[in-house]
Amino acid sequence: MLSQESLQQIDREIAKYPPDQKQSAVMAALRIAQVEKGWLPKELIEFVARYLEMPPIAAYEVASFYNMYDLEPVGRHKITVCTNLPCALSGGVHAAEYVKQKLGIDFNETTPDGKFTLKEGECMGACGDAPVLLVNNHQMCSWMTTEKIDQMLADLDKK
Amino acid sequence: MILAGCDGDRAWRLQDYVARGGYSALKRIVAEKTPQDAIIAELKASVLRGRGGAGFPTGLKWSFMPRSFPGDKYLACNSDEGEPGTFKDRDILRYNPHSVIEGMTIAAYAMGAARGYNYIHGEIFEIYQRFEDALAEAREAGLIGQNILGSDFSFELFAHHGYGAYICGEETALLESIEGKKGQPRFKPPFPASYGLYGKPTTINNTETFASVPFIMNMGGEAFLNLGKPNNGGMKLFSISGHVNRPGNYEIPLGTPFSELLEMAGGMRGGRKLKAVIPGGSSSPVLPGSVMMDCTMDYDSISKAGSMLGSGAVIVMDETTCMVKALERLSYFYFEESCGQCTPCREGTGWLYRVVHRIENGLGREDDLDLLNSVTANIMGRTICALGDAASMPVQSFVKHFGAEFAYHIENKKCLVPHEVQRAGSQIYVSPSC
Repeated sequence: MLSQESLQQIDREIAKYPPDQKQSAVMAALRIAQVEKGWLPKELIEFVARYLEMPPIAAYEVASFYNMYDLEPVGRHKITVCTNLPCALSGGVHAAEYVKQKLGIDFNETTPDGKFTLKEGECMGACGDAPVLLVNNHQMCSWMTTEKIDQMLADLDKK
Repeated sequence: MILAGCDGDRAWRLQDYVARGGYSALKRIVAEKTPQDAIIAELKASVLRGRGGAGFPTGLKWSFMPRSFPGDKYLACNSDEGEPGTFKDRDILRYNPHSVIEGMTIAAYAMGAARGYNYIHGEIFEIYQRFEDALAEAREAGLIGQNILGSDFSFELFAHHGYGAYICGEETALLESIEGKKGQPRFKPPFPASYGLYGKPTTINNTETFASVPFIMNMGGEAFLNLGKPNNGGMKLFSISGHVNRPGNYEIPLGTPFSELLEMAGGMRGGRKLKAVIPGGSSSPVLPGSVMMDCTMDYDSISKAGSMLGSGAVIVMDETTCMVKALERLSYFYFEESCGQCTPCREGTGWLYRVVHRIENGLGREDDLDLLNSVTANIMGRTICALGDAASMPVQSFVKHFGAEFAYHIENKKCLVPHEVQRAGSQIYVSPSC
């Protein structure tokens, strides 16, 4: 269900923990699975659980508890904008409004062409860089003026 | 101290850290076989207090670890930095990850731990990858792993990432999360020093706490203490966000006046008037600007003023801020992040958010402020972890200090600060120095 490369990555994560604690690698394994497949359907979570020799329900609990896992399909690029108070004081809400207007969608929506999904994020621990947003969970974009948002969306549109 | 000399893209590399004097403390300890007690005594003398928020004396915490316990013992570093306003650990890991690795390795030596994990906030995934790179460098150089620097001391250290759950910053939730479970806090006691990761004795410290350790070992506990003020040893990173000209991290001695810190951050944006400050991360009680201007930045002064130094996250709000709206956003955060385990917190945070939300939206009722106080009273002290308290303290303090603004909302069904003024005050702002 997952590529050899993903499985090798998961194996490297398993090796970080004591031999009888494979389950500790579940967060990384779900992340690796999500990067390959785009989101986490039930069968994929079950596959990860079997690979780590843990009950599927325990893996599902983890996938549904942590909010960076996507249990439903998302667009090719997921953009998460922080609107928490420190960011909001420096334009986080305005930046989010600008992205909404540019993409023509609201939070938790995906553009009709399936390219972009927009999410509202909680504190990313980068308040000094406000406005801050995350692209596909792993790329943090700091000091997002409207010009930088334009540039970012144009770059992502080509990918 | 921790961030001194960390300029440029290569500051994080092992070579650069060593050029700044890095790993000299670890090398000396391993070569001289420094007694474990001597390291803990030095830390106690430094009066280093936990930099994650609670301010618990680190030396004392280390002394709780049952060193003679024959089985596995663990160390964990809490880099799950998600308290709104706090962004210091990200910069420490970005610019000086080896100070954390060296600090953890010295801690492992002092407490006899053979294995450690650094739990890094999921949203800063690039920093997690950098920490992995720094670990690889340290392993290659024989600074972590088996037989460190040719001695009989071994310590394995790994990185573990979160994936979007504020609650994992709570130390027992963090341990659950490393075990591959939902991050729901454990009932205490037993404390992690006796029953921690995988049920084994474990010590958990914040990133900045570990990063301070090599410096303390080099300069001596007393010299570190004297950098700050009595009972508030050393330097501390303060993360300043909000309505200032230069948001960012500032590493200054504990006891520095708030007014000086504000000046370092370029003063108030647009020369506007200071209204309120949250001095220690979103969970700490808000203080009126005038009270804050008389405070010094240390645990005791902020506590005397009725708040907490917490993680050192200073959220500055000017006169364009609507305090009801500000609280509404924070209350939403706690509602969203409550893990759902304890009823008073799971239900209470929802009540707090909904009531503040209706006040902000002109639907407030006359007795809503009493209702808010009643809900917080029913949350505080009745939950397993501190998230319930953390959700309650902002509500209580906002209502206490800015009650008139809340009453105005309820009575007039609108903000005291006109919407266009609020909007103008919180436009997208990027400091020219960024």
